[in-house]
Amino acid sequence: MTPELSSRPCLAVGCRLNEKGQPSRILHMPERALRLSGPSLEILERCDGRRTVQEIISELQKLYSKAEPKKVETDILGYLALLHDQRALDFASDEADRSANAR
Amino acid sequence: MTSAAPTPLALIAELTHRCPLHCVYCSNPLELKHRADELSTRDWSRVFREAAEAGVLQIDFTGGEPLARPDIVELVRTARQTGLYVNLITSGMPMDEARLDDLVQAGLDHIQLSFQGATEESANEFSGTKAHAQKLRVLEWLKRRRVALTLNFVIHRRNMDQIPEMLALAETSSANRIEFANVQYYGWAFANRENLLPTREQLDRSIELLKRAEERLRGKIQVEFVVPDYYAKYPKACMGGWGQKLMLVTPTGEALPCHAAQIIPGLHFDNLKDRSLREIWEKSEAFQKFRGEEWMPEPCKSCDRRSRDFGGCRCQAFLLTADATATDPVCYLAPQRPKVDAIVAAVNGSSAEPLVKPTWLYRPNPA
Repeated sequence: MTPELSSRPCLAVGCRLNEKGQPSRILHMPERALRLSGPSLEILERCDGRRTVQEIISELQKLYSKAEPKKVETDILGYLALLHDQRALDFASDEADRSANAR
Repeated sequence: MTSAAPTPLALIAELTHRCPLHCVYCSNPLELKHRADELSTRDWSRVFREAAEAGVLQIDFTGGEPLARPDIVELVRTARQTGLYVNLITSGMPMDEARLDDLVQAGLDHIQLSFQGATEESANEFSGTKAHAQKLRVLEWLKRRRVALTLNFVIHRRNMDQIPEMLALAETSSANRIEFANVQYYGWAFANRENLLPTREQLDRSIELLKRAEERLRGKIQVEFVVPDYYAKYPKACMGGWGQKLMLVTPTGEALPCHAAQIIPGLHFDNLKDRSLREIWEKSEAFQKFRGEEWMPEPCKSCDRRSRDFGGCRCQAFLLTADATATDPVCYLAPQRPKVDAIVAAVNGSSAEPLVKPTWLYRPNPA
């Protein structure tokens, strides 16, 4: 799947980031864990159910201003799709879904 | 010669061997521990802290039935407070809605609910008790609570043909993962092997079915499949390598490199009541014994796959060849592979449906 630019990604149930200040940042998932650094961490910290995919892309384009903006967008969409397939992310498409996800 | 210890990633905490189920393939040892000898709440809390400090990311609460511990909610809370990802592997038996709420409230991240079949009659036969209806109730309760859910179907010759019904059950639940785990042949399963090992035809059919299910459910439910390794060409990378990723703690505090390690004669296992987790992980005889590659015989020693499968499973080597240092006989290059071939041939020479009901060796519930 390709995430909608207007949707708001958030961590799926059973997935969470470990706390800030730990020696390494980890995305915990059922039966797996990902060690995060650089862009992967920047992206996941923004998957808070409030920001849209478009907003995350814009923020990362600013953060990595030396990179080609189109490449940043493609990479983010690819990464979000991968995490969706691994059931680590949900995408809320409107207000109703958003409140359901924040349950 | 010893190998440097990597960071442990997961701790498997067998909180108790007590269990209301009597599954014919239980992974517990044949000699079960008693309640009076179990670690206390305080002991376990210290183990969780030591695990988190040593770098462990996830803790699996299992048993026996972990809910048989009256302090399970406190244990979940304490483990979660140390930062561990908390996973509960349960039959769902001593559970009610209030207890489930308490567990979720305490910070439980993930529940793995085991199923012995898709139909009440067969599931109850393999678990030796009436458990199936309660599991269906727990599934309903879970729909209304925010906790990740994996359904674990333990599959074997007698229930493998129910995979479509098992998938249907999972699809109407709130599960985000389904595991179809073929029985692995240790402990009680080894004793009941001739009634459990599937035929080649059953296995091929199930792989085909699950491949299609995986495609269809992508993005909705993750489908995992574990094959019975007797049918594999290469051995499994058991536990991700001996002393590489996992530590298992028995109800009485012995630290083991895997579920079955205590069957290997001559190995001494340190107890977490006496030594720290890090010390045992890094230095104990049991964890050093098969860590790395120095212990390997040929054909493993010079094999390109030795860093991928680590020579396979030491316990399986012992069970099938009486030599824990042998190449896992599942490997097609192993000198003792003919032993596995003979077992597989015997199973495929007989019908998947027994003429008479099998005589199961049921696992008892220890005092």
